[in-house]
Amino acid sequence: MATQAANRAIPAPKEDPTTKPFWDAAREGRFLIGLCKDTGKHFWYPRGCSPFTLSNNVELVEAKGTGTIYSFTVMRSKEPHAPAYVELDEGPRIFTNIVDCDLDALKIGQKVKLVFKPTEEGGAPVPMFTPA
Amino acid sequence: MSINGAAYIVGAFEHPTRKAEGQSVAQLHAEVAFGALQDAGLTKDDVDGFFCTGAAPGLGPLNMADYMGLTKLRHVDSTDMGGCSYVMHVGHAAQAIKEGRCNIALITLAGRPRAEGMATGTVPRSWAPNIPDDPFEIPMARTVVTSYANVASRHMYEYGTTSEQLAWIKVAASQHAQHNPHAMLPKVVTVEDVLNSPMVADPLHRLDCCVISDGGGALIVARPEIAKSLKRPLVKVLGCAEATKNQAAGYLDLTYSAARQSGAAAFEEARVTPKDIQYASIYDSFTITVLMQIEDLGFAEKGKGGAFVADGNLISGVGKLPFNTDGGGLCNNHPANRGGMTKVIEAVRQLRGEAHPKVQVPGCRLALANGIGGLLGHRHGSATLIMERE
Repeated sequence: MATQAANRAIPAPKEDPTTKPFWDAAREGRFLIGLCKDTGKHFWYPRGCSPFTLSNNVELVEAKGTGTIYSFTVMRSKEPHAPAYVELDEGPRIFTNIVDCDLDALKIGQKVKLVFKPTEEGGAPVPMFTPA
Repeated sequence: MSINGAAYIVGAFEHPTRKAEGQSVAQLHAEVAFGALQDAGLTKDDVDGFFCTGAAPGLGPLNMADYMGLTKLRHVDSTDMGGCSYVMHVGHAAQAIKEGRCNIALITLAGRPRAEGMATGTVPRSWAPNIPDDPFEIPMARTVVTSYANVASRHMYEYGTTSEQLAWIKVAASQHAQHNPHAMLPKVVTVEDVLNSPMVADPLHRLDCCVISDGGGALIVARPEIAKSLKRPLVKVLGCAEATKNQAAGYLDLTYSAARQSGAAAFEEARVTPKDIQYASIYDSFTITVLMQIEDLGFAEKGKGGAFVADGNLISGVGKLPFNTDGGGLCNNHPANRGGMTKVIEAVRQLRGEAHPKVQVPGCRLALANGIGGLLGHRHGSATLIMERE
């Protein structure tokens, strides 16, 4: 059995003043994640405070865009897709999709790499992953 | 401050409808409130505390209190933690009663997602404006089912849990539902039926998912003196606790739920242990939801829930832990996509000895109801309630 991931229409992410720099970088093909400068720990999703200390001593830093599948599902709809958690090499586990592959061959622990996917209505692209 | 013994559940009513084509949501609220008050032997003017959630039409409690003519309120609470809110509200009502802020609390839930044709679990949707995680998750097709499926997938990976084991949860619910004339799915199913039903989101099949239904329910919680003056069997609140769990900034662990915290706190307050519980209402939005709670509440060791639920261990009269004897969300109903209310109602029926005779736990004196609200694989709440027949 093989189920090719559909190229489904992806709704545009709604941008807000705090996360605009993240989406601006995404438009340039750069994948950023949060860094707490108090603790040196990375976090996901990007936000205007440190989820470790609550201070605003945070910045967005570029991530390698590599990781492993922590968990996944295959939505068996007309347009099959695979919402998943990917553990980034920097540490955080992020909710994303595994794309451009046979979804029936996916395995937890599999190595994946970043691919930005365009969104509807000229929205910013969103970070998804495909087998490395 | 413990609420052990501070309040009793004196009224409970479950709306019989499963598809409310002829009633508005507000009317359903009124019907369940009236039903629960009649059950208790009280009237609306006895109510001085009112509890609902964001699922109730209007601004907090204001519009429903107006609609139902509740004019004596001196305590209101519209704390919303999704489907488990109504389990939590029993605890909040007991606290308010203990503090003297009200004497008789009414808790209502109603909704009609089925009549409104809502794609409850399979369409990505935002639940409110300005939610900071939405931009990072709605494009990723975060839906109810994909969130819970990710939890199931990880549980299988970590512990070797199987689809057959999950299917036993549905089988047990269906065994109970066959005796419930109101159940949406009263047909008994087998493990094979579950495995042969269409895959929705791996590893969850259609029969691993709860129904979408209309309806609702209501509860009346009262102070001990009042409870003892009424004619219904006495159902005492022994303990109630709530907890939340989230993504922990990306360091999330999908192998456990907030029931670990809410359960431990409720058992401590009730001064009982999981092995004392004779009947459990366990939130069953999906089969995996039940499995997680059974482990996290301490009925089974972490990772061994699959073996625990297999072979009919949740079937009343057959297994060690009779659960959801009304058929639960998997077979009976899931009004307004919020199952906490009906979880408490069936536990009250069991403690009163008023469950269907085929599923009634003989001499049921100690029962638990647990709810999960929100998305188990993203951010969720849990509320645990322990009750005793006095």
